[in-house]
Amino acid sequence: MKPKLAVWKFASCDGCQLSLLDCEDELLEIAAHVQIAHFLEASSASVCGPYDISLVEGSVTTPLDVERIRQVRADSKQLITIGACATAGGIQALRNFADVDEFRSIVYARPEFIDTLAESTPIAAVVPVDYELRGCPIDRGQLLETLSALLNGRRPRGPLHSVCFECKTRGTTCVLVKGTPCLGPATQAGCGALCPAYGRGCYGCFGPATGAPAHAKKVFNLFNSGAPS
Amino acid sequence: MTHRLDRSLQVSALSRVEGEGAMRLVTAGGRVESVALEIYEPPRFFEALLRGRTMGEVTDITARICGICPVAYQMSACHAMEDACGTNIPVPIQDLRRLLYCGEWISSHALHIYLLHAPDFLGYDSVVELAQAHRPLVERGLRLKKAGNAILQTVGGRAIHPVNVRLGGFYRSPSRAELQELAVTLRSALDDALATVRWVAGFDFPDFAHEHEYLALVSPGCYAIESGVPTTDRGLSFPVRDFESHVIEEQVPHSTALHARLAGRGRYLTGPLARYSLSQQWLSPLARMAAAQAGLGETCRNPFRSIVVRAVETVYAVEEALRLIDGYVPPQPAHVDLIPLSGKGFGATEAPRGTLFHRYEISASGDIVSARITPPTSQNQAAIEDDLRLFAGPRLELDDHELAHACESAIRCYDPCISCATHFLELTVERRL
Repeated sequence: MKPKLAVWKFASCDGCQLSLLDCEDELLEIAAHVQIAHFLEASSASVCGPYDISLVEGSVTTPLDVERIRQVRADSKQLITIGACATAGGIQALRNFADVDEFRSIVYARPEFIDTLAESTPIAAVVPVDYELRGCPIDRGQLLETLSALLNGRRPRGPLHSVCFECKTRGTTCVLVKGTPCLGPATQAGCGALCPAYGRGCYGCFGPATGAPAHAKKVFNLFNSGAPS
Repeated sequence: MTHRLDRSLQVSALSRVEGEGAMRLVTAGGRVESVALEIYEPPRFFEALLRGRTMGEVTDITARICGICPVAYQMSACHAMEDACGTNIPVPIQDLRRLLYCGEWISSHALHIYLLHAPDFLGYDSVVELAQAHRPLVERGLRLKKAGNAILQTVGGRAIHPVNVRLGGFYRSPSRAELQELAVTLRSALDDALATVRWVAGFDFPDFAHEHEYLALVSPGCYAIESGVPTTDRGLSFPVRDFESHVIEEQVPHSTALHARLAGRGRYLTGPLARYSLSQQWLSPLARMAAAQAGLGETCRNPFRSIVVRAVETVYAVEEALRLIDGYVPPQPAHVDLIPLSGKGFGATEAPRGTLFHRYEISASGDIVSARITPPTSQNQAAIEDDLRLFAGPRLELDDHELAHACESAIRCYDPCISCATHFLELTVERRL
């Protein structure tokens, strides 16, 4: 019996689950090793739980979603959150610094139709999570590593260093030298240091690195404001 | 005939679409009483959270509205901000933008054709099932998708939420050598794209035609992608800055997206069918030939055939990318600086799913005062519901499961992007200027 894989979506852009479909060279190989039991973006067939692996995209922003993630947790042996929304509230967590009723009335003519919570919270704030993949979006290589580790019964490997190290291994000249502000020193590695390779400073979409100073956390407020410090 | 006269049919979670929605169909007396495409994707309030941010952040923020078409958001946002500041963009930068956009069209269309839509025509629930029976076909689709992503990665830095786009252009111009590598991939992708047209042209299409007015950007002389003038197939044409006086949006209780209609004209449709019908004469000779061989005429009014139109557009996008790479001279500098100017700016481009409109008001210091984003799916929602009504009417003898399946596959024809539609701004009608 193949392990059952489920992919769940909460408030998000669909980009992280798309990363799975973007594994063009590996997608059919993955599909040969798991039963895709629930993946609405990709399949009309849905199988009941329990699930061996659940990938969860998106943040919790509605009362209904609080209930839904509890059910997903109850049905899943391993729950892996994927991306900045699921691990840190995502860009929509900017509402946490504002008045959600005002937001609702700015966007909708009839705000009373719209059911939403005051805050956008990471999945781990509602239910326990087994592993987290950072990034906006996640890195495909990290997703593949995590899936193959879990399917082979070992712990997934993830970098614990900052983006700075990735620039060094890539051979990119430090953009700080040219006076370009860069969050690389404090940002969790995983993207392969993309931005400096294009001559711009890292803007922190993978959230704070382990050991990043607490007072530096607010620089991550755009995409990762709910990241644990 | 054993079917009931009164029934209510609910598809509670649409699959193989981007984002989360549902459909409700109510029949009475053997006739369709109402159809609602319910969008329950949680709102993320983009237009509200953009207020007070600096204008330079708009490309990184609006990209996050949609993981499938981030380039469309970045490009419409750039156009609007550049319009507000009165900035002219040099042709080499415009060309590089068009190349990036071709990447998104190829990748998004290949995703929709092979992974989301084709399984409907061939009787499978997913691409994984399709691959079990027709692995080489699916591998071809994945190769094509990968070729689109290769453009996005080389020009944009990554396929989802590109990092290299900024107001005024790019952070860095890719070298000629980097693009030449892409050309090798794209030359074989062209064969895959042509084979895709031949493949989907052979599908069995339900006999169905609608009468919606078509709206798309038109740019005489070329197939509009990253710029053009909003134009309909019934003679209406207006500058992008007048979009909001022609397109009226309303909130409906069953949706976190809004319904749009053309002022004084009613519902309309944007997307591949509209683009093709308004601009097919400007496709490349090869794409036009592929269209003709696939049985497409000068217009196409059957939404089920949109899969053929997407395949033809993919051929065009691959060829256009090759043409742009062939003539590529790296823009130096890679961007022009914008000088903030207090006022409003308007931008529209052709996302894979249709016309995407942005409007921003900025302050003299370059802060965003207000934002409005009109994505294609909310423009199409009223037309989709109307089509479902027409489509379901003669099929009510089907049992609930079959009818739900038929309606769901009809919805997929529009490639609805529900994540986009939800993040839709409606300033209240009362507050609109």
